[in-house]
Amino acid sequence: MSANKRITIDPITRLEGHGKIEIFLNDEGDVANTYFQVPELRGFEQFCVGRLAEDMPVITNRICGVCPEAHHMASVKALDMLFAVEPPSAAKKIRELLYMAFYVTDHTTHFYALGGPDFIVGPDAPPSERNILGVIKKVGLDIGKQVIDCRARNHYVIKMLGGRGIHPAAGQPGGWSKPVTEEERKEIEQIAKDNIDFALFSLKAFDDIVLKNSNYLDLVTSDIYLHKTYYMGTVDEKNRVNFYDGMIRVVDPEGKEFVKYHPSEYYQHIAEHVESWTYLKYPYLKKVGWKGFVDGIDSGVYAASPLSRLNVSDSMATPLAQEHFEKMYETFGSKKINGRYQPIHHRLATHWARLIELLYAAEHMLELATDPEITSPEVRKIPEGIKGIGIGSVEAPRGTLTHHYESDERGVLTKVNMIVGTTNNYAPMTMSIKRAAEKLIQKGKIVEEGILNRIEMAFRLYDPCLSCATHSLPGKMPMIVNIRNQDGEVIRTFKRD
Amino acid sequence: MLEKPKLSLYWAASCGGCEIAVTNLNEKILDVDANFDFMFCPCLLDTKYKDIEAMPDKSILITLFNGAIRTKENEEIAHLLRKKSRILIAFGSCSYEGCIPGLANLHTKEDILKTVYFDNPSIDNPSKIIPQPETNMPEGVLHIPDFYEDVKTLAQVTDVDYFIPGCPPEPEQIWNVISAVVEILKTGAALPSKGAVLGAGKSSVCDECERKKEDKKIKAFKRTYEFIPDKEQCLLEQGIICMGIATRDGCGALCPKVNMPCTGCYGPPEGVFDQGAKMVAALGSIIDIGEVKGLSEDEINKRIDAIIDTIPDFAGTFYKYSLPGSILKGRVR
Repeated sequence: MSANKRITIDPITRLEGHGKIEIFLNDEGDVANTYFQVPELRGFEQFCVGRLAEDMPVITNRICGVCPEAHHMASVKALDMLFAVEPPSAAKKIRELLYMAFYVTDHTTHFYALGGPDFIVGPDAPPSERNILGVIKKVGLDIGKQVIDCRARNHYVIKMLGGRGIHPAAGQPGGWSKPVTEEERKEIEQIAKDNIDFALFSLKAFDDIVLKNSNYLDLVTSDIYLHKTYYMGTVDEKNRVNFYDGMIRVVDPEGKEFVKYHPSEYYQHIAEHVESWTYLKYPYLKKVGWKGFVDGIDSGVYAASPLSRLNVSDSMATPLAQEHFEKMYETFGSKKINGRYQPIHHRLATHWARLIELLYAAEHMLELATDPEITSPEVRKIPEGIKGIGIGSVEAPRGTLTHHYESDERGVLTKVNMIVGTTNNYAPMTMSIKRAAEKLIQKGKIVEEGILNRIEMAFRLYDPCLSCATHSLPGKMPMIVNIRNQDGEVIRTFKRD
Repeated sequence: MLEKPKLSLYWAASCGGCEIAVTNLNEKILDVDANFDFMFCPCLLDTKYKDIEAMPDKSILITLFNGAIRTKENEEIAHLLRKKSRILIAFGSCSYEGCIPGLANLHTKEDILKTVYFDNPSIDNPSKIIPQPETNMPEGVLHIPDFYEDVKTLAQVTDVDYFIPGCPPEPEQIWNVISAVVEILKTGAALPSKGAVLGAGKSSVCDECERKKEDKKIKAFKRTYEFIPDKEQCLLEQGIICMGIATRDGCGALCPKVNMPCTGCYGPPEGVFDQGAKMVAALGSIIDIGEVKGLSEDEINKRIDAIIDTIPDFAGTFYKYSLPGSILKGRVR
């Protein structure tokens, strides 16, 4: 087979800063193959060796400035285990309180600035309007300011509890460095209430703009964005969604529980596949095996995303989020089997799932802010020894995040492994891009209108890490697609400014 | 309408925290937008590589360049942006000093690749594949940029006009710089002298730390996990290595406020070249090895060693954010 055309999207935006898509067409003009490349590596797993274990919450923060809170939490949980210390209950709650504030701000950013514009302004709207400014234009400046306020008040909470607005500093093995005062608690309580209002408003906006518009609903339920894979997420003892703690549950494409394991057993269940053309690795389910970029029960590919978390769970742990959870599964015609809904495979539903999680985070934040124990001064327990191995995990907004450290008897690290949120979704994103390309480019005919955006939508729904609000504040997501002949000469260029 | 000056924000090897810090200007971001044609760069410069090349030289007024130089692509874009920008600012600790990604300079490229692709417990790589700059696939050749042997700062690969420290810079400090630039544009006042550190103070974090400070005499260093420090007394005096004494002020001493030591992200104070060396010198003058009268030199050295041995990671402690930009630059070869 000789590929006679090559389409390069270089770079795509919002994926670790640097991402690249190569699409090859065959002689018939159909898609022969696509490659989704990540041209970046920093090497934390090596250079953290030799560091003090207790420095890791601050060092691994710097893996990602968009979700440093997730790394901070996975790291302190790994340290609890490495130092064999159980934090006081209040400390766990403070960690979780900060984490809920983080989820609210992070999901808000994605819905309004990144993923949302495709719906709120529309997938076929002029590209210059398909952005946060277009969103504000469409929904009004007042709402735009609400979005800014929501981010601001939750970053305020993050700074109050964690010491810094970005890259928190307060996490320690065995607890937290600072208790919460009653004045702080009161402020946070009010902020949590405002967050619930904002989450409900956002769900209503999604309902009005997307669900009540048959064109959008068709897009959400179309087979362009459909993949039947395994799903992963953390659940509590009642198999409800939990971001901070619990067991990791994996369900198969039919919705049957495949495995439920403690995060410390991750390497018995997850393996990482390496390709020579990308720096990022491809995690997959070890017991199913790596079969390449294919769907189905025989392929070890799994997704770990807001939709995945809901797909693996029996329910939500807060009442309002539960109502919306049920509504979403009913809308997709999902049937209940053995007391739980069958998974939704339409990947665009991830946006809806994200808003349901936003509401859960806001509700749970209020629960924590009104918990009498939250102002307890007992927030740290001093470790008595060093066990030398620590594995910690949380649900980052973009997927299950695992940190694994090993140390010598002084607590100096000798081995570090991390599987970060977005990495889990590398294979699904690669497949989603391929599928979108296959559907949009056939027999040499390229569906010009919207091709760039619809291919972007295929990976954007996963909210790849580093897709921070700043990227789209000016509202521009420029992209160039070059179509080359077999000599590599550019014969046609699509450009979107 | 007059064209607004162009402002760009590009990330190389970094975490995105600098971008979030700019977003955390909150409503002031609208003021930035009113004064500048704000071009956020991962969108702009990556994707309009050729367009940027086609722009007249110096047509971007200011580029805030964050991220260290880790790959060939990072360096190429640094050169391009230098050419197209009137003012190139190393924005944040990564581009200023190398920051956390710069700790990689303690290790060889070979070791990094070996750990990441061969040795991790979750790796399945029987064919021992390591990502390559060029891969021949059935459909064509795929490229990814070279991974360099070392991490470099922006100023180590190109000419830099100003530096804004911080990991990331605090939003208030970013606003101070931006509003100052707006003022300069309006009044035509002179720019700061080249090479200046902007968006920070000129003293040390200790100056803005509210903890009580007395005579510093340290008999032993303690690790942060070992005890709960008094919340009002200077952390260094309690034996915790707090980098405040060797770190530029400007953040508001945020970490000591939550009972955690400063780890040094704002870089060295004004006039200090090497942050780690400054810290070691400061510690040298406050270590208390007790009464030494009558002790032999050997015995004195043993006492000093016993204290120093309580710091098991010099590089990660004293050069956490500044290794590539330091005198050492990295491992001793």
